[in-house]
Amino acid sequence: MSPNPDHAGHGHHAEEPHGSMRDYTIGFLLSVVLTAVPFWLVMERPLADGVTAVVILAFAAVQMVVHMVYFLHMNGKVEGGWTMMALLFTIIIVVIMLTGSLWVMYHLNHNMMPMPHDMSQMP
Amino acid sequence: MTIQSTLVAADEQVRFYDFDEHDHPEGHSTMLGFWIYLMSDCLIFAILFACYAVLGGNLAAGPGPRDLFDLPLVALNTAMLLFSSITYGFAMLAMQQDRLRQTQFWLGVTGLFGAAFLAIELYEFQHLIHLGATPQRSAFLSAFFTLVGTHGLHVTFGIIWLTTLMVQLGRTGLIQANRRRLMCLSLFWHFLDVIWIGVFTFVYLMGMLR
Repeated sequence: MSPNPDHAGHGHHAEEPHGSMRDYTIGFLLSVVLTAVPFWLVMERPLADGVTAVVILAFAAVQMVVHMVYFLHMNGKVEGGWTMMALLFTIIIVVIMLTGSLWVMYHLNHNMMPMPHDMSQMP
Repeated sequence: MTIQSTLVAADEQVRFYDFDEHDHPEGHSTMLGFWIYLMSDCLIFAILFACYAVLGGNLAAGPGPRDLFDLPLVALNTAMLLFSSITYGFAMLAMQQDRLRQTQFWLGVTGLFGAAFLAIELYEFQHLIHLGATPQRSAFLSAFFTLVGTHGLHVTFGIIWLTTLMVQLGRTGLIQANRRRLMCLSLFWHFLDVIWIGVFTFVYLMGMLR
């Protein structure tokens, strides 16, 4: 069994994720670019609407990964990989929930009979 | 006969089964537990995002995203949250170098940016309500206020937590327990920033394109 460094009384946890100034600076600069470009695209509209939508969604996905890596210090080793497992599980659930909701409700809207808008007129 | 054979077996190989709980250092599982809490929080936001995605087009002949959203204001808000993220990072770096005053300073700056974010958001809400775009006006506005309001509520509690930690730091300094609390709040704070990326992209920017 390996000696536990916590017993030395020094303040750091063995698996404490360490950020560095370099990490935070890189993360911050990347996020500034990844935030500014989508806002500029939507405010100035240099591209077609559909293209803009795809591009800003892609930028958001990349920025989330940047925040995870540089600010939240995610990697496969923290807590013996369990935080990564929890994250992957959550991502799977979120993707199923979002795509499922949109898919079902879109088809529901399409297949519903047209209804009068004023429900007070209904019997 | 049986005793003898047991003794012989014991001579060959000695095995121990330790059924007692080992001594765990205090807080050894806090970070993982807090991360799992954040993941469950993530599911709350996922539900609210799904609601907004489904209901966002139901305007009930009321005002839509294009009539209501003010992108420069949202950009300013996003900047506030992004600045608060990097200043919290500076606080963590100061903590790692055992600099108490510097940690408290950067925590204070983070709190101010967080408060500025909240003030801008409340101003926006007040402006919308003044225009008659209240949560009960349409399904779109209900979903909008619930999603953005829940995020704002998280930031509010983050600021309360941050203030509490600054008081605790002032009293007991950078002890192990306070370091652990600061790391939890670090996860919480950066997590809220990740959620905000989803909000400004999906609600505000996509809303202007819709």
